[in-house]
Amino acid sequence: MNRMPTWADVILVPLVSLLLAAFFSAIVLLAIGENPWEALKLMVEGSVGSTYAWGYTLYYATNFIFTGLAVAVANHAKLFNIGAEGQAQLGGLGVALVCLFLPFPHWSIALIVAICAGALFGAAWAAIPAFLQAKRGSHIVITTIMFNFIANALLVYLLVNVLKPSGTMEPATASFPDAAHLPSFNAMFSSEETVRFRGAPANVSFFVAVAACIGVWALIWRTRLGYQLRAFGHSESAARYAGISPTKIIMVAMLISGGLAGCMAINNVMGEAERLVLNSVEGAGFIGIAVALMGRSHPFGVFLAALLFGFLYQGGAELALWASIPREMIVVIQALVILFTGALDNMVRAPIERIFNRVGRPPKPERKLEPAE
Amino acid sequence: MTHLTKLLGASAALAISAGAALADPAIIYDLGGKFDKSFNESAFNGATMWADETGGSFAEVELQSDAQREQALRRFAEAGNNPIVMAGFSFETPLNEIAPDYPDTTFVIIDAVVDQPNVRSVIFNEHEGSYLVGVLAAMASETDTVGFVGGMDIPLIRKFACGYAQGVMATNPDATVVANMIGTTPEAWNDPAKASELTLAQISQDADVVYAAAGGSGLGVLQTAADEDIYGIGVDSNQNYLHPGQVLTSMVKQVDTAVYNAFSQGEDLETGLMVMGIENEGVGYAMDDNNADLISEEMMTAVDEAAAAINAGDIMVHDYTSDESCPAIDF
Repeated sequence: MNRMPTWADVILVPLVSLLLAAFFSAIVLLAIGENPWEALKLMVEGSVGSTYAWGYTLYYATNFIFTGLAVAVANHAKLFNIGAEGQAQLGGLGVALVCLFLPFPHWSIALIVAICAGALFGAAWAAIPAFLQAKRGSHIVITTIMFNFIANALLVYLLVNVLKPSGTMEPATASFPDAAHLPSFNAMFSSEETVRFRGAPANVSFFVAVAACIGVWALIWRTRLGYQLRAFGHSESAARYAGISPTKIIMVAMLISGGLAGCMAINNVMGEAERLVLNSVEGAGFIGIAVALMGRSHPFGVFLAALLFGFLYQGGAELALWASIPREMIVVIQALVILFTGALDNMVRAPIERIFNRVGRPPKPERKLEPAE
Repeated sequence: MTHLTKLLGASAALAISAGAALADPAIIYDLGGKFDKSFNESAFNGATMWADETGGSFAEVELQSDAQREQALRRFAEAGNNPIVMAGFSFETPLNEIAPDYPDTTFVIIDAVVDQPNVRSVIFNEHEGSYLVGVLAAMASETDTVGFVGGMDIPLIRKFACGYAQGVMATNPDATVVANMIGTTPEAWNDPAKASELTLAQISQDADVVYAAAGGSGLGVLQTAADEDIYGIGVDSNQNYLHPGQVLTSMVKQVDTAVYNAFSQGEDLETGLMVMGIENEGVGYAMDDNNADLISEEMMTAVDEAAAAINAGDIMVHDYTSDESCPAIDF
């Protein structure tokens, strides 16, 4: 049982995990002859040390929030959606189509339509595996991962043969018209004297992501549908006994999940690239799985985990730019952080709990936290 | 060629060595990573060659994400690196936006054209080089069937395939060209196992020469070709040595020379469009001890005639990317 005070649970355990990860990363860096202190400084300064750095960190975090939420929602219904990658790609297609072919008077309207289009395309891509699971019992893990490849093939075909402007080498659509450009943090927060977030890709869709976190929280814990979702996730037979239709729950959970994954496109396609490129998702769909697991499928946890991953991505990029550390090593460092904060959580938690128990001060009975598994 | 570049490079290096410490050149590799045994590695080799010869240093970065293109360009430009070389056509759009912001920095983009006053665009006539190896393939084939294994189905790879098919068809109008692409994700550039499967499939369709234009995956094609005792054709750098006697030739694309030249000429390098073709040995077929026995006199004459004819403009090799169609093969 959890005998730890809340501060230890929320702050101490992740902190110790991070320190352990930093320690092992330092050993790795020493082994390849780099100075770990310098590397850490580069990473921290490069990812949170300036508005420019925050601009990148938040940009990556926005991607991960969307895909993390997508995986988390499906997870509440015990559906392991590993197809967020493909759903986000299709979302990108939807966003690109409306941005390219609809004339928008203002970016705010473009954003709303793009959210709808991205969500619709992402949801549609998730609908087929969901239907196969609900009606035919085809396992969702297998079908969603296969749909990632189909999405890839579809996008390669469309970009190379249909959407690519002739005469260009790169398989990508034309750039979106100006009216469909989202305001970046640079445009939003810079005043005349001080330029903030210069050249950074973070944009208004970060706030959409935050709103999505709140929306998902309300959906899961404050609505009847969310209750049904969780009930189904805990026990399918009990849910069925209570009159909850498994078909409906599987379909709805996956549609929401796919829709959230598809919404990621407003950040990377509409906000950053302002055109659709090949492989625009770049593995964010898979990172979403780690984010959801680390965040215990709770929207707030997902938000924090996404920030951490944003930090790792941007810090890693700065490390690659200014230190002669091969990028494979940067992946190793990122993996160590994931390993310690996510997968090996109990390795740290159990001893700390024991210490608290042994010290023996009977802790005050605390309010039980919202169950968030 | 090499001697000439070395000479030129040495003199250029001498000329700029005074200011070199202030403005180290920088190079940005594309997502494939600098040790892809192919395009990026060739760029890396060019940069290293320059560093070894001049004792200079250069900044470099391997990208992990598309969002980092602009980031890397801006950061290097702001840090004063000059010139900044980038390997890959994907930089076209970001560079177009960024180049006007840093008018004092010279950029070099390889494989794409960016029309800005401070940009040198280096493009290669891969279709011409592929045509030449196509001529050799058609003559080496005994079954009148040759294969092509591409990495991903993008215009650049179709350009390789189209030039190759034209070379084959011009030499032997009865020949069949079997073309396959490895995959639809960027992993396709690094999937030798699947490349090997495709090669086996092409062999079962009677192909006895297979040309690989597939980055790191190409190693799988050459390996299988060697195992099955047919000929493989390498790409980008000279890969003849990988399986001596089994690699018919390699379509070399001198990315290393392009990078080396850019670094040597330093910040004052001439901007504008630079086409590397057969004429200036930017592309070509590789001959060395490993494949000397495979190329007969007759083949040698034919391929040299073809090269001369292309140079003279008597043979116009169709460039797939010019109008997205190919007279010799369907995609």
